[in-house]
Amino acid sequence: MNNMENMIGAKALMTAMEKEGVKEVFGLPGGANLPMYDEFARCNIRHILARHEQSAAHMADGFGRVSRKPGVCFATSGPGATNILTGIATAQADSAPMVAVTGQVPVAMIGKDAFQESDIIGMANPVVKYAFQPRHASEIPEVVKKGFFIAQTGRPGPVLIDIPKDVQQNEAEMVFPDEFKIPGYHPWADPDLVAVEKAIDMLLHSQKPVILAGGGTIISSAFAELQAVAEALMLPVVTTFKGKGAFPENHPLSLGPIGMHGHAEANRIMSEADCVLAIGTRFSDRSVGTFEEFEKNLKIIHMDVDPAEIGKNQTAQLAVVGDVQMNLRVMVKLLLQKAIKKTEETPWIKHVKETKAYWQENLKLHPGEMGAAKILRKLRELLPKESIITTEVGQHQMWASLFYDVIQPGTFFSSTGLGTMGWGFPAAIGAKVAKPDVPVVDIAGDGSFAMTENSLATAVLEDIPVIVFVLNNFTLGMVAQWQRTFYDRRMIGVDQGKCPDYVKLAQSYGAQGIRAQSMDELDKAIKDALSSDVATVIDIPIDPEEDVLPFVAPGTSLKDMILPS
Amino acid sequence: MWAILSILVENKPGILFKVTHLFRARNFNIDSISVGVTENPDYSKMTITTYGDEKQVDQIVKQLDKMIDTVKVEHLDEHKTVFRELSIFKIKLSNANDSMEVNKLANAYGGKVHDVKKDSLMVELTATPDQIKAFEELAKPFGIIDVARTGVAALQRSGAE
Ligand SMILES: Cc1ncc(C[n+]2csc(CCOP(=O)(O)OP(=O)(O)O)c2C)c(N)n1
Repeated sequence: MNNMENMIGAKALMTAMEKEGVKEVFGLPGGANLPMYDEFARCNIRHILARHEQSAAHMADGFGRVSRKPGVCFATSGPGATNILTGIATAQADSAPMVAVTGQVPVAMIGKDAFQESDIIGMANPVVKYAFQPRHASEIPEVVKKGFFIAQTGRPGPVLIDIPKDVQQNEAEMVFPDEFKIPGYHPWADPDLVAVEKAIDMLLHSQKPVILAGGGTIISSAFAELQAVAEALMLPVVTTFKGKGAFPENHPLSLGPIGMHGHAEANRIMSEADCVLAIGTRFSDRSVGTFEEFEKNLKIIHMDVDPAEIGKNQTAQLAVVGDVQMNLRVMVKLLLQKAIKKTEETPWIKHVKETKAYWQENLKLHPGEMGAAKILRKLRELLPKESIITTEVGQHQMWASLFYDVIQPGTFFSSTGLGTMGWGFPAAIGAKVAKPDVPVVDIAGDGSFAMTENSLATAVLEDIPVIVFVLNNFTLGMVAQWQRTFYDRRMIGVDQGKCPDYVKLAQSYGAQGIRAQSMDELDKAIKDALSSDVATVIDIPIDPEEDVLPFVAPGTSLKDMILPS
Repeated sequence: MWAILSILVENKPGILFKVTHLFRARNFNIDSISVGVTENPDYSKMTITTYGDEKQVDQIVKQLDKMIDTVKVEHLDEHKTVFRELSIFKIKLSNANDSMEVNKLANAYGGKVHDVKKDSLMVELTATPDQIKAFEELAKPFGIIDVARTGVAALQRSGAE
């Protein structure tokens, strides 16, 4: 116990957040959170105004994924709180650390259907890691401390703190605790030496082993460890889409993401493997196809921080529960101790390399000058390797998966769990706030960008110069592709052709807008954007009929990949 | 497989909703549920019975365990556990003989008889769900007017931990 002080709840909130190291928050005010907003005038936290609460949450999410510290977003009660829900659910689906603070009607009005009352705790509970609703101002310091702790430990996730207006306004004697108890929360497990040893054994005794790195590898920053294990045991590395860039994609052992829109070579090798070291993945259906087919003839070693993931979607022969970086570290140590280092190329590795080379040469690409592959390879060529990429949701996202190689691990982020269109741009803003010194690019589709384009106002007014790279096919492309493939070309509800003009749109916000219709123009546009000190939208018209291929249709297995004909 | 889960939770408002919601959201089933505060008022104990194969029950336990408000989750071994459910049956009496017969039946199952009227009586039974079901079968011919059952409450036997 220390630091006793009399203050109102709102001030206690800011003080507690300052103690957590919060420097920026993203939000939008209203009546029910005004006491908190008033405190921004008197504290050292920068408030960044979003134009929609969903975007505020995505900004916090992007900030959190890049900084590995909870991003913070603020919304008022009722519609502000419900607007923020999509952002919270997105963070939950991707295990991103976040603290969302909502205003609530005064305690005495709760349950009375008051103006702008919504039962946000009830609505959010299924999509948060935890939710608090302090009923007395004096609870706030401990709630904040617990909230930040829960959001960033174990498997990270969003925490909601819903504070009734009178609780913000009431004065109380505040105790800012150094310690607290959460009896039911055990975010850490010690590394499992025995299991790790068994895992090594299983990998050494299989003929066709692979590593499947998921998003958990990125969340725990296990990059060096992953690379050391892969190199020592000479294991090919495939990733999930969420794990894209956990391993340098220009490494000879790298095959890229598996899954519905995975790389052909990755899907092939994954379906031929006899043993997989799966790291920090929940075996999403988008990654593995049908569950039954995936685990057939495959020994699974599952490393994950979340015990509930073991056996949820796939049956593991061996489970290694705990932080994946810690367990991989143990593995590296054991490999060193036992002097296990494969140097000779096995027939399997030879086959892996041949498969990779084959697909890199023979995958049919769009013939036009402005095909997706060429555009994304140009972006890769011109961006420094430490640049951060976010994406929206759709074909452009999958083209990014296929054709934009992540070289520096942990620099690629996407809404892969919930698949939220409109995530990438605000998330890019949050990412840029977390890492102002590196270029941040949102790879977007026209449809997704339209969902949160008003964040341009935030980017311009708050001086957050991110780049939006719009692969503009004038359509909700991914849906259009499904309609072409599965619905006999009945194109319903996908045409976005008429508006808007994204160059003019950007300019109207005071941002830079550039249209790139040839490779030369694109080259120049990217360079201009990189040297610009305002946000830039690059509008790149592309063929509306270009498909993303290969494609593993829903309900089928990785073996049954549809290839470009 | 029928499974008895014993769940120690923090005694806070909304926790029952969270636990039952988890079952719904994760596509699990609740067979019966009972909740009561423990000797320590900070905690409540829930007993939930459910059906599922081994893998499913294992998943339920893990998902419950992951909840921040759950302090301890146990899948109890039926054979090492004392588990009981309370039920109250209102049974129809059609003739003078019935009353005696139902009384005998209740006695055989260790039940207590309440609210004896000319044309009905109530039997209170604390027993395992199987025994309650057996009693129900035998009482059916008399005519069951109404029935109320609690969920199962269960504790592991000493030395079986
Ligand atoms: C909020 C939301 N609504 C709907 C969808 C369904 N959806 C998935 S991809 C897609 C089309 C995306 O279009 P666009 O952003 O233009 O990208 P493109 O596929 O054309 O590259 C839609 C509508 C979604 N993922 N998210």
